[in-house]
Amino acid sequence: MRSFKYYTATSWEDAVATLGKYKNAQIVAGGSDVLGWIKDELTGPGAPLADVLIDIRTIPNTSYINYDATAGLKLGALTTLTTVAESSDVQKNYPGLATAAVSPASPSIRNVGTIGGNIMQRPRCWYLRGANFPCYKKGGDFCFSVTGENQYHAILQGELCYIVHPSDTAPALISLNATANVMGPNGAKQIPFDQFFIGPRTNVLKETVLEHNEILTEIVVPPPAANTKSVFMKVTQRGVYDFALVSIAVAAQIVNGVWQDGRVVLGGVAPTPYRATDAEAALKGKKIDANVALQAAQDTLVKARPMSQNAYKVDIAKNIIVQAVTSLVS
Amino acid sequence: MKTILHLRVNGQDHEVYVAVHKTLLEVLREDLNLTGTKHGCELGECGTCTVLVDGEPVLSCLALPIELQGREITTVEGLADGATPHPLQTAFAELGAAQCGYCTPGVLMASKTLLDHNPHPSRDEIKHALAGNLCRCTGYAKIYEAVELASKT
Ligand SMILES: Cc1cc2nc3c(=O)[nH]c(=O)nc-3n(C[C@H](O)[C@H](O)[C@H](O)COP(=O)(O)OP(=O)(O)OC[C@H]3O[C@@H](n4cnc5c(N)ncnc54)[C@H](O)[C@@H]3O)c2cc1C
Ligand code: SF4
Ligand code: FES
Ligand code: FES
Repeated sequence: MRSFKYYTATSWEDAVATLGKYKNAQIVAGGSDVLGWIKDELTGPGAPLADVLIDIRTIPNTSYINYDATAGLKLGALTTLTTVAESSDVQKNYPGLATAAVSPASPSIRNVGTIGGNIMQRPRCWYLRGANFPCYKKGGDFCFSVTGENQYHAILQGELCYIVHPSDTAPALISLNATANVMGPNGAKQIPFDQFFIGPRTNVLKETVLEHNEILTEIVVPPPAANTKSVFMKVTQRGVYDFALVSIAVAAQIVNGVWQDGRVVLGGVAPTPYRATDAEAALKGKKIDANVALQAAQDTLVKARPMSQNAYKVDIAKNIIVQAVTSLVS
Repeated sequence: MKTILHLRVNGQDHEVYVAVHKTLLEVLREDLNLTGTKHGCELGECGTCTVLVDGEPVLSCLALPIELQGREITTVEGLADGATPHPLQTAFAELGAAQCGYCTPGVLMASKTLLDHNPHPSRDEIKHALAGNLCRCTGYAKIYEAVELASKT
């Protein structure tokens, strides 16, 4: 691995100030993504190799899970995926999030990988992760996936760059209307996860609204409204230890089988977690059954623009919408 | 940037002077001569570099030792009790659960955590615990059987 300077942050403010000092500094949380990125020597005008790593695990009181029926759930950004998945408060009140937190990678990665790092991890496009491909996302002027191997790429909202957002927890957090607490040079602010992720047209060099010197400090999930059910499902090529071909998180209030209100969010299909508002509109006020769910799926995927090798994802996405939505009433 | 690290490995305290960008895997193998932990993909994808930190499996290829000072690190060298192999090691040898053996140290460490938490796991629980350890040779059946055998001893 290339050499870097290592800095242990003592507070969020300290980490923000240090990020501000070094243009090519990177935060390290669990390190399971960022060390792979440095080892692959990924660099380019838009993606400089990190020369300073700022460890935020050394900041006190950043790993915690607090649940309260009125305030909801608060997760410290440094809480590991294992801790989130095993929390009885999360399992009981937000089953979709508990399943999403146990879905990434393997037990040994979830033991160190943090929820903050899972949200902030960089995409897995194999051209992006190969040092020899100076693509748009590294600041180059070409997307290798368009004419190349694109079986795992986007079927919705791809333009310029066709990555899919890799996080399993992000769709779950959006479905649950969660908010990010962020620390930056001007202090703390809140950003709903629904507005947290950005596509390549907005800025191809990054995947979230956060600036270089802004840090995700806490995740806040509101208390579930009465009659809320939530679910997370993921289709992978291998049984385990694999990124999603397509994933889905649904959270909805359902009374006597009728969908009152809710969110449907897909992973693995677009450069950001994809909020399927067409599906939500099709489900609102309806008594849920397979036909209603299929209509919601069709309304969503009619917008799909698959690439040369990934049309199969359209079918998977349709089926997973039907499965996830109907699972809430079975 | 080099620094002095105090690491506790297999119950012994070590002081090493190393570059901060060296991974735990590199420090174990190159500075502490503990070559039982294997070097595979280096990217978190294979699990052969699995060691235990405070009893839980962690990938040493993606861990920075500077962050693990004061924690209890256990490698495959720390598994046997003196000259007596761990029941997992005996079971793996008896059933031929290692072929080329490259995945074995990582599999043993992940299995040890499983048995420490859950002395009589079901086949499914074993599969879950070993989900991050790839084996190119055995097809896994012998590995699962060996963990089951060890759980009965
Ligand atoms: C083999 C493998 C398979 C995987 N499979 C999956 C999968 O199926 N699904 C899935 O969702 N994930 C998967 N992952 C990703 C894994 O879950 C993430 O690596 C992990 O959650 C990242 O957490 P971390 O704490 O280790 O992040 P780090 O590697 O420390 O950081 C990741 C990135 O986020 C930034 N960052 C970290 N914390 C913050 C913060 N609080 N504020 C701002 N920026 C921050 C870092 O600078 C870095 O760019 C896989 C990873 C590997 C190696
Ligand atoms: S899909 Fe995006 S990350 Fe992949 S090659 Fe194209 S521009 Fe680069
Ligand atoms: S060498 Fe660490 S996971 Fe492969
Ligand atoms: S025995 Fe060869 S990889 Fe497992």
